[in-house]
Amino acid sequence: MTSLVDPAAPAPPAPRRAPGPARRYRLAGLDMRYSPYLYIAPFFALFAIFGFFPIVYTVYVSLFDYDLLAGTKEFAGLANYQAVLADAQFWNATYNTVGMFLVSTVPQLLMALMLANLLNRTMRARTAIRMGILIPNITSVAAVGIIFGMIFADRYGLASWLLEAVGVDPPAWRDSRYASWFAVAFMVDWRWTGYNALIYLGAMQAIPKDLYESASLDGASRWRQFWQITVPLIRPTILFTIIISTIGGLQLFTEPLMYGYGQPRGGVNNEFQTLAMYIYEQTFTGSFRYGYGAAMSWLLFLMIIVFALVNFLMVRRSVKGDAK
Amino acid sequence: MTTLQTTPVPVSAAPAAGRRRRRPGTGLWEASPLTYLALIIGIVLSIFPIVWSFIIASKDSSAVYEMPPVPGSQLLDNVSRMLANEDAAFLYGLANSFVVSAVVTISVLFTSTLAGFAFAKLRFRGREGLLLGIVLTMMVPTQLGIIPLYLMMVQLQWAGTLQAVIVPFMVQGFGVFMMRQYAASAISDELIEAARIDGCSTWRVYWNIVLPALRPAIGILGLLTFMQTWNEFLWPFVVLTPNTPTVQYSLKILSAGVYSQDYAVLFAGTALATLPLLLVFVLFGRQIIGGIMEGAVKS
Repeated sequence: MTSLVDPAAPAPPAPRRAPGPARRYRLAGLDMRYSPYLYIAPFFALFAIFGFFPIVYTVYVSLFDYDLLAGTKEFAGLANYQAVLADAQFWNATYNTVGMFLVSTVPQLLMALMLANLLNRTMRARTAIRMGILIPNITSVAAVGIIFGMIFADRYGLASWLLEAVGVDPPAWRDSRYASWFAVAFMVDWRWTGYNALIYLGAMQAIPKDLYESASLDGASRWRQFWQITVPLIRPTILFTIIISTIGGLQLFTEPLMYGYGQPRGGVNNEFQTLAMYIYEQTFTGSFRYGYGAAMSWLLFLMIIVFALVNFLMVRRSVKGDAK
Repeated sequence: MTTLQTTPVPVSAAPAAGRRRRRPGTGLWEASPLTYLALIIGIVLSIFPIVWSFIIASKDSSAVYEMPPVPGSQLLDNVSRMLANEDAAFLYGLANSFVVSAVVTISVLFTSTLAGFAFAKLRFRGREGLLLGIVLTMMVPTQLGIIPLYLMMVQLQWAGTLQAVIVPFMVQGFGVFMMRQYAASAISDELIEAARIDGCSTWRVYWNIVLPALRPAIGILGLLTFMQTWNEFLWPFVVLTPNTPTVQYSLKILSAGVYSQDYAVLFAGTALATLPLLLVFVLFGRQIIGGIMEGAVKS
């Protein structure tokens, strides 16, 4: 292990004789001065090309009308945006996206909070229990979509069978808008509740225990302690999960796609077609309307920002109120 | 059960401890049977769909709809019929996914540790501003740029090739940020100073001191990146063709033919696509859980 030569080192090859002190000093100076930029360069170079540029380029693409057959594109100004805003299917997809997002995220984060609270105790088989809670998050998304597609199959599905067993008429899982929303939300929540619970648990464990002890001496119930100590103290973490869920939830694609047997249509009458699916349908199937899709992408991005901001403000205010 | 627990639970001064045997933690912090019951229900709900899909994968095609589901004996037969499906090219997809996930993971680890080290331990102009830039990149949804990215890939003639799903994901803002946070707390400035006085170049400091010290964080970021890349769906679906599928794409092809074909075979596919992830999870579950919980404390 005495060899100190590293083949990948960006430093110039060592001279045959030991360099004089002056040269050595100069090299070290260059190294100190420029190495930092060299080290962050790979990230910024690749991100600029494949991350930043495409986003800016989306604006450009959205201003053109692409004709794939003729291989031409024509400047269209804001016509794509106008067309999108007048498109009933766009608004249908928006309604579905926001609806499924709310139906899935609200119960998901509440359940995750409860679950984290349960996990935040001394218990046997701690790691095994946590692994059991996290396992849905480890499965392949496409596989989950297929599996739940069959659990919520229209005939002979497991969900229908269970409902019939308790004497309830099962809904048409794909033709009914709200039944399909529920099924998709169920699969999203199945996958992400445990993950969020572990994030909350990490934050909860940083809360000093004596806070709870003095509270219970004062006679505060477990429930009150949870809402008045735990929740306000992990507020930054809750905000973090809400922002992450908003970014992910409004881009929902794979789950509803697989639920609809891989069709971007999202049901016969687009009952569960999300914006991401509609963008895909317009852009990458049939007519290849890149400009139209790019305009929708921007509107979706705007929507994500607005939602993230509104959530941020709402949570900040409401939790502050509770803390008093 | 007098075994001492290894976790450092602070022993509190509960006033009513009385003559009862002291246990780690107090009554306040111990899980009650009801807690266990609730958690067990949660775990059953978590595991059931996976177990159920394996059960379906083991059944005869005609028995798929039988209720309640009990395991059959056709697993190997279903798997081999699934692998024989040439449209889905499942084994090829599996191999592609391994290549893509491995290359992306190695690259993300390399670029993230390099930049994370620079941001945590080196001084240079614009450091704070650039770091803020990286945090902001974490907020931008990748889906936004997907159409131009696709047009770029067509221009580069990368559409339908593996580099199209590798190169754009070779760097990750989250990774840089995570490594920066870890390096800032795990490596002392004195150590780096001492190495410099001994004549270490910046690269040698990185290679011989920083990388070994970052090993736990590298493990976690590596696991998370590998699993995330393995699960990537939308972008491979957009840019690849059925001739070069990843495993998720193969699954999509399998499921698209579902009307003409049976669920037992399809579920053999989902089982096989999930198996590598489950294996990683069984081996490294503790680290993954630790990573998820740590990340939250820092954010």
